[in-house]
Amino acid sequence: MTESIINFYELRRKQPRFQGIDAGHRACLGCGEALAARLVLESTGPDVIVANATGCLEVFTTPWPESAWRVPWLHSLFENAAAVAAGIEAALKAQGRQSKVLAFGGDGATFDIGFQALSGMLERGHNVLYVCFDNEAYMNTGIQRSSSTPHAAATTTSPAGKQRMGKRHLKKDIVSIIAAHHIPYAATASVAFPSDLRKKVRRAMAIDGATFLQIHCPCPLGWGHESEESIAVARLAVQTGLFPMIELERGELTGAMPIREQKPVVDYLKPQARFRHLFADDARAREELEHLQALADHNIEIYKLLGSGVDALDSEGADTVRRGGNRWG
Amino acid sequence: MRQTLEGSQAIAKTVALCRPQVVAAYPITPQTHIVENISKLVADGALQCELVSVESEFSAASVVLGAAAAGARAYTASASQGILLMSEVLFNIAGLRIPLVLTCANRAVGAPLSIWNDQQDSMAVRDAGWIQLYCADNQEAVDTTVQAFRIAEQCELPVMVCVDGFTLTHTLEPIDVPDQDLVDQYLPPYHFARALQPRQPLSLGTLVAPDYYAEARHSHHQAMLHAKALIAQCDRQWQELSGRASGGLFEVHGASDARIGILALGSIVGTLLDAHAAHVQRDDVQIIKLRSLRPFPGAELAVALSGLSDLVVVERALSPGGGGIVGVEIRSAFHYHGVNVRVHNVAVGLGGRDVPLSTLDRILDLVAHGSAEEFQILDVQLDKLPPEDR
Ligand SMILES: Cc1ncc(C[n+]2csc(CCOP(=O)(O)OP(=O)(O)O)c2C)c(N)n1
Repeated sequence: MTESIINFYELRRKQPRFQGIDAGHRACLGCGEALAARLVLESTGPDVIVANATGCLEVFTTPWPESAWRVPWLHSLFENAAAVAAGIEAALKAQGRQSKVLAFGGDGATFDIGFQALSGMLERGHNVLYVCFDNEAYMNTGIQRSSSTPHAAATTTSPAGKQRMGKRHLKKDIVSIIAAHHIPYAATASVAFPSDLRKKVRRAMAIDGATFLQIHCPCPLGWGHESEESIAVARLAVQTGLFPMIELERGELTGAMPIREQKPVVDYLKPQARFRHLFADDARAREELEHLQALADHNIEIYKLLGSGVDALDSEGADTVRRGGNRWG
Repeated sequence: MRQTLEGSQAIAKTVALCRPQVVAAYPITPQTHIVENISKLVADGALQCELVSVESEFSAASVVLGAAAAGARAYTASASQGILLMSEVLFNIAGLRIPLVLTCANRAVGAPLSIWNDQQDSMAVRDAGWIQLYCADNQEAVDTTVQAFRIAEQCELPVMVCVDGFTLTHTLEPIDVPDQDLVDQYLPPYHFARALQPRQPLSLGTLVAPDYYAEARHSHHQAMLHAKALIAQCDRQWQELSGRASGGLFEVHGASDARIGILALGSIVGTLLDAHAAHVQRDDVQIIKLRSLRPFPGAELAVALSGLSDLVVVERALSPGGGGIVGVEIRSAFHYHGVNVRVHNVAVGLGGRDVPLSTLDRILDLVAHGSAEEFQILDVQLDKLPPEDR
C-alpha cells in the first residue's frame, strides 16, 4: 500500500500539470482568483486563447513588461471579454484553427457591466468557455458592491452603519440566468474543490458550443478573513448551502454536489469581516442572519443538496476521492 | 465594371472584394444598407466569412477587435449613436494597434434625435487614434475602402472610412466596382505579426505604469504621422492599378494663384465644386478637399495654401462652447508654420440641413464683406428660437 502511494506521487512529479499562469504574479496572499485561474488552465492545457476582462486577474498578471501568462492572452476592456472571445472564435473558425477560446471575467465583469455582451455571446452559441471568477465584489477598484455581493455583506459602497446592514439586495442568481440561454453546459465550482473544478472545466472543454463556469473565489482582503483561511472559507460556503455546486445542461439541472452535513451559515459568516456587523447585539442583525440561513436552506431545498448518508462525491468526500484517497485505502 | 449602384451596395460589394474573414455589425440608419447588403452577399455565398450579428455596436467593435487580434481580416460599420457607443472600444483598438476597417455612415448625434447627415459622430472620436479618411463621392468610398485595408495592415492602425449618410449611402450613382483580380493584386492576404496563437503565446493589452505609458502614446502618435506618407502612397498605387486616385491627404481644385480657398470634408466638396464650376468668373477661388483628418496634414496644408489671402473652413460639426473643430486645427497649423492667411470658419448642413449650390455664394459674401465671425453656423434662422437663445 505504502509503495503504491509513493508511485502515485512519482507519477505526478513526472507528469506535471500544465501551468498556464506562472509564479511571480502580483496577486495577494491567499487570492482565490489566482488559484482558480491556475486550476482552470491546468485542465484546459496550452491549446487555448484567453480574452480577459479588466479586473484583479488582469492587473496582477500583467504589469508591463512582465506577464504571467503562458497561453496567448488578450485584455481589451472591462465589459467586452465575451464579445472579444466571440471575435477570436469567429476568426479561428474562418481560418480553420481548432484552439479553444476562453473568456475570463470577475463577477463585476460578468454579472454587471459585461452582462449584455455575455448574453449575446451565449445566444449566438460561440464555441467559448466563459469563466467567471466570482469573488463577490469589485475587488480591483477596492471592494465595491456588485450584483454578486451577498445580501447583508459590507463593501465600501454597501457599508454597514446605523441605517444599513450592508448590501440591501440579494446576490444575483447568475447561473440560472445563464442556463436560461439553454446553452449546453453551465456549472458552478469552488476553489475549495479543485478536482470537481477540473472535472467541470474538462467537461466544458469537450463541448463545441458556449459554456459557462462560475467559480467561487475568496478574496481575503475583500472578505476580511486570514489569507490561509481561503480554502476553509470557500468550503464552508458550499457546506452551508450558500454557494450551491450545480451543473445545468440546456437549462435543466443535471448535477448537484450533495452536502453530507449541513453547516449553519454563521460558521461561514463569522470568520469574515464583511459580515461582522451581523454579530452585533442588534435585532436587525439577528434578522439578517435568519435571512441568510433561510437563503441557504432555500438553496438546499430547491437543489436537493442534502445527501442521505455518506457519498463519495459529496462536500466532504469529493476531493479526497478524486485525488485517489479511497483508491489508495 | 461601371454599374449604377446605391452607395451602400457599392461599399458592401467592395468590402466583399477585400475578402474579410470576420464581419460584425449592428444596424443603424444610415449604415443599415451596408450591413444588409453584406448579409445578403454572405447568404448568397458570394462572400465567405464569419458574419457575427451582434447585440450592440459595443460588441461589434469588440468582436472585430478579437478577430483581427487572432489574425483575421475584419470589418465593421456604424454611425452616430453607434459610433459613440463603440467609442471606448475604438480607443482600445487603436491603442492596441490593431488593423481594422470601419465605415462610418456619417450622421448627426442626438439629442435632438436626428437620423440625417452631418459629421458630428466621426468628429467626436477624432482623438481615438484611428486614421480618418473622408469620401467626397461613392467612387471614392469604394476606392478608399480598398485602400483602407492596405493602409491599416501596413501600419497596424485602424482606419475609419467616413461616408456621408444618405447623401452618399442612399444615393444611386454610376460606380466602377473594381475586379476581384485587381483587388487581390493590391491587397495581399492579411498577416498580423502579433496574432494570438498557442504556439507562440503573447500577452496583448497589459497594464502599463507611468514609466512606459508616455512612450506608448508617443509611438502611437509617431505611427499616425508616418501614416501620412503611406496614405498618399496607397492612393498612388491604387491609381496605377485602377486609374483612379482619391486625393491622397488632400486635394486642391482651382487656379494655383487663387486668393480665396474653401476647405471642406466629404460630400459637400462635390456641391462646392459644382457651384464653383458654374461661376466661370471666380477663378480666384480654390476648393480644397481634406481627405485625411487623422493624421492631420497641417504642415502640408500650410505649404499648399500659403498663397491665399482668405481660407474658409466649412465643416459639418462643431464643439459647442468652442466652435469649429477642423477650423481650429487649420488655424493652429497656419500659426505654427507662419502662414498668414485669414481663416474663416463656418458649419453648414447640420442634421441633414440642405446644402444648396448657393452656399458657395453665401460663403464668398462673408469673405467679401469681412463679416465672418470666428465661427458661426451658417444660415441659422434665429426667429425660430426663443430670444434668450439667439
Ligand atoms: C467601463 C469601466 N468602468 C469602470 C472601470 C473600473 N474598474 C476596473 S476593474 C473594476 C472592478 C472589477 O471587478 P470584478 O469584475 O468583480 O473583478 P475583480 O477585480 O473583483 O476580480 C472596475 C469597477 C473600468 N475599467 N471600465
